[in-house]
Amino acid sequence: MIPQGVSKLEKKLESGRFAVTAELGPPRGADKDAIITRASLLKGCVDAVNVTDNQTAIVRMSSIAACVHILKTGLEPVMQMTTRDRNRIALQSDLLGAYSLGIRNILCLSGDHQVFGSQPDALGVFDIDSIQFVRSVRDMKETGRDMSGYELAIAPDMFVGAAANPFADPFEYRIIRLAKKIEAGARFIQTQCIFNTERFREWMRLAREEGLTEKVFILGGITPLKSAGMARYMAAKVAGMDIPEHIIRRMEGVPRVKAADEGMKIALETINELLECPGISGIHIMAIENEQAVGRLVEAAGLMPDARAGQEGN
Amino acid sequence: MIVAEQKPLAEIIEMVSPYGKLLILGCGTCVKTCFAGGEEEVAILASLLRLAFKKKGIDIEISELTIERQCENEFIQEASLAVSRNDAVLSLACGAGVQDVARRFTGKPVLPGLNTTFVGVMESRGLFTEECLCCGDCRLGLTGGVCVLARCAKKLSNGPCGGSRNGKCEVNPDSDCAWQLVIDRMKNLGTLDKLREYTPPRDWRSSNSGGPRKILREDMVI
Repeated sequence: MIPQGVSKLEKKLESGRFAVTAELGPPRGADKDAIITRASLLKGCVDAVNVTDNQTAIVRMSSIAACVHILKTGLEPVMQMTTRDRNRIALQSDLLGAYSLGIRNILCLSGDHQVFGSQPDALGVFDIDSIQFVRSVRDMKETGRDMSGYELAIAPDMFVGAAANPFADPFEYRIIRLAKKIEAGARFIQTQCIFNTERFREWMRLAREEGLTEKVFILGGITPLKSAGMARYMAAKVAGMDIPEHIIRRMEGVPRVKAADEGMKIALETINELLECPGISGIHIMAIENEQAVGRLVEAAGLMPDARAGQEGN
Repeated sequence: MIVAEQKPLAEIIEMVSPYGKLLILGCGTCVKTCFAGGEEEVAILASLLRLAFKKKGIDIEISELTIERQCENEFIQEASLAVSRNDAVLSLACGAGVQDVARRFTGKPVLPGLNTTFVGVMESRGLFTEECLCCGDCRLGLTGGVCVLARCAKKLSNGPCGGSRNGKCEVNPDSDCAWQLVIDRMKNLGTLDKLREYTPPRDWRSSNSGGPRKILREDMVI
């Protein structure tokens, strides 16, 4: 059977093969070559490139524009879009525009709060929340109408995703929220970076118990640590991040020049755990400003040929 | 109540400095309760201003008056004589009071001495917290009596974001995560399952987003 899907990523996941995506943050400037160069480092080793939308509330090239540059390199983008900066009128308008430009995957987020960014004096929009946004994208596809009920000449048919943070509180509500995102129309879920594998396993067990892994593709978040300092910084300063003490100690326990290797080792161990974890459909690599690491990691995890075959197959 | 706080003294000094005769007008309701604009605050501010101008060698005559409410004409009229004797009014009311006083005395500059901050409660003595955004479409019944619009930094309607940690909000670790409060309370009430239901987008027309609002109570009009 030929897997159905509006994007390569959807087809790959539908076919039951393990998918690999990687995050790419657009530049803080209008330099398209910067994004093309960095995207080319990911070519051949990932199924899709996830393009952030002014992440950490810092002004960058728009996600839509960066996605178009990436499309031109032959890679498939996943466009992130946040409700922080756009009301429902702008969200729908950008969605129509993105679809018209050939973008087929969307990740609907509320976005990092503006106080964490470089312009904390900005107004946060938050007209609708991420779940309402997921639902509006799904409804647009299913009904052919926008949120006002207006019939669209061509309605965007996107592969819709959402984020989940298994490490945030209250833990017992995390599964209810995941269920709500799926109910609203999320077809794939990208998780926060996984370091606390014990808690992640428990979250996955609850997701399976609720039957959620049957309904959605879960991509586990992977971030290779570069140094002990990075581990400490992320643990203390990055919202929603859970890096257990034993991981920080492991990073501190190796000489500084070996730290990045140790970070890769930890990431590999996590990937191997995820490969064994029932209900996991792929990984999402967030190698912050470190795209070179993605290829090495995917290769070491033995996921390279499969990803390549997947791309050739399409 | 409406919670406000006094503007920095330097800002007030700059604002009132063009005037030789100034009336500091207090308000005896909300802003008195939150220690920002009642008789006591009027007296303290008057003393501070007199001292500050004296140091600068500038002559300024400051009078003090506090009325029950600056958002009702009946009380505002009580200030008529004092207002007429002065060059300007420094109102220690909320933004509504400042505007209502200005509306009644068209020829007189009326300046704000406070920053009106939020509709909230005195959680404990001296600690005021925001509780209500006056959205015009109260949904407290859906969220266990905790307003997620006023108290969630992202105004989320369908559960907590990924930044809720140990019951606190990522935006300000001194603030409780509103959704943690909702969940705790609904768990106590045995209604946690209600939170599985989808909450649709708001109709913001009931809020200030639809332009300034008006309520006309025909039954009360004389």
